[in-house]
Amino acid sequence: MRAAAALRGRERPGLRLCFGAAPLALYIALPLGALFVVVPVGELASHLGSPMALRALRLTLETTLAATFLAVLFGTPLAYLLARREFRGRAALDALVELPITIPPVVAGVALLLAFGRRGLLGRHLELAGVSLPFTTIAVVMAQLFIASPFFVKAARAGFESVEPRLEDAARSLGASPWRVFWTVSAPLARPALVSGVVLAWARALSEFGATMMFAGNLPGRTQTLTLAVMTALETDLETAVAVSALALVLALAALLGARWLGGRVGVPNV
Amino acid sequence: MSEAGLQVDASVRLDRFVLQARFDVGGAETLVLVGPNGSGKSTCLALVAGLLRPDAGRIGFGNDVWCDAGRGIQLAPERRRVGMLFQDFALFPHLSVAENVRYGPLSRGRSRGDAVSLASAWIERLGLGGLEQRAVDTISGGQRQRVALARALAAEPRVLLLDEPFGSLDMTTRGAVRSELRVFLKGCGLPSVLVTHDPVDALAFGDRIAVLEDGRISQTGSREELLSQPRSAFVAELAGLNLLRAELAAGRGLKAARVGSTVFHVLADDRAGAAFLAFSPAEVALSAERLPGSPQNVFAGRVREVLPLTDRLRIVLDVGVVLVAEVTREAASALALAPSRAVWASVKATAIRVYA
Repeated sequence: MRAAAALRGRERPGLRLCFGAAPLALYIALPLGALFVVVPVGELASHLGSPMALRALRLTLETTLAATFLAVLFGTPLAYLLARREFRGRAALDALVELPITIPPVVAGVALLLAFGRRGLLGRHLELAGVSLPFTTIAVVMAQLFIASPFFVKAARAGFESVEPRLEDAARSLGASPWRVFWTVSAPLARPALVSGVVLAWARALSEFGATMMFAGNLPGRTQTLTLAVMTALETDLETAVAVSALALVLALAALLGARWLGGRVGVPNV
Repeated sequence: MSEAGLQVDASVRLDRFVLQARFDVGGAETLVLVGPNGSGKSTCLALVAGLLRPDAGRIGFGNDVWCDAGRGIQLAPERRRVGMLFQDFALFPHLSVAENVRYGPLSRGRSRGDAVSLASAWIERLGLGGLEQRAVDTISGGQRQRVALARALAAEPRVLLLDEPFGSLDMTTRGAVRSELRVFLKGCGLPSVLVTHDPVDALAFGDRIAVLEDGRISQTGSREELLSQPRSAFVAELAGLNLLRAELAAGRGLKAARVGSTVFHVLADDRAGAAFLAFSPAEVALSAERLPGSPQNVFAGRVREVLPLTDRLRIVLDVGVVLVAEVTREAASALALAPSRAVWASVKATAIRVYA
């Protein structure tokens, strides 16, 4: 892909194109910049030291990493199945898996409650067994998994589809089991897509708000993640809200740069 | 002829037809499967490799059953020990030359040490020494092919399948690679099946050639048999011959052979009925006026096409049936041969081979 770009020999932009492209770029840059301008950068750090911010940060890191891990663990076989096998109901499964991307997160939260809530379809049986999920840290992870995992599945599936089936055939004919083919050929060749899927899913989990709010609530230390903390802080302490927001932005930026760097390093030409 | 070899008798429904794969290969023999594009050649290899499940039939090697559709047996590709050389080589782009070659033995459960020594032996034998650490997209097409061959052989296959091995090579390396591969296959002692759409490749290889047309093997034989007695337009073109399907009259010696509404005179034994007539384009003489005297077959017709070969011209004629003639450039310009020019074509009865 990089070689193709080089061949095309990109030209420098003309004046008119610059004017056309500038508004949206500025529109995105201005509010993000404002996060760092309104409260002086030096003071941001002190606000982050507040117990509320620290707890929210720690909880957010724990839950988003757990949700991302689960998305990869269960999303990878699903993505491979969708990319490589032909079966009845494939189109339906495909649509189902991507649905959480388009439904409003608040609705997803309600749906989770109806399934896993105390009187939910599954929840009432869990309740009898003494397990209560809503308004726990596990519920935070579940909400994030529900909303964020489709981003990983979508990216991973595209990655597996881009691997030439002949390469997998060749590996089989050389004596490799399907399991070995996956680990030595399919996964390494799809790695850039897998990495970007991980980052996308993690970033989406980080920004999760609606479903978490509905299904897990806003309990400091237990279910109050960064986004929920921002909302709570806005009511009492604007500067802390801004500081936490700036922190979330830094995390998102780190994720983006990390993905670029990893993607570039492990980038394998699409042959 | 195929003691302990590969036996294939399987069929599978494809888009346009049902492919009937029926052939066997044994010893150190190379069977060339030749046919036009879309005739089902690569599918034959996929069946043998186990990458495709046939609708009916059996595939076996020696006493081992690889596939028996009737009994629901379908051995997984990794358990067949089939060495496959893919058209575009299908080298692993994320692995070096040496890692590609080691992949097979490691997959078959060889120890790391064994895999390394097997791989380096094949790398050496195929003249790839010094390229071990190179990325596979930084070496030439001919080298890539040899890496693919080394990779397949290092996995210790029992049969080698080659899908259009010359397809992605340019014309300059093609000839050299072809003769190299031929010598190599003879030396490696494995039965092999080579697929090509190119008649020239098929003839250059040909211990035994099977012609595949629309999913059926229309003819199998040695190069000599195919060249002298083609049974289809594809093989005739491959041999550069005119081929006509005729109805022979009764009697022996000089007699009539009807091709549509055109009557040829041929020398044949006492067989009658359906037969093939074959003759070389060089045996077709062209003239502006009707030739007096000897030739038994003289037809009036028109030139359809003039195709330049290296030192002569190939003339496609319509004399009621379509014939191909070959003439020198001097003769062509003397006759002012061009499309739609009226000419007389003559063929001696003795120049026409007749067979059923």
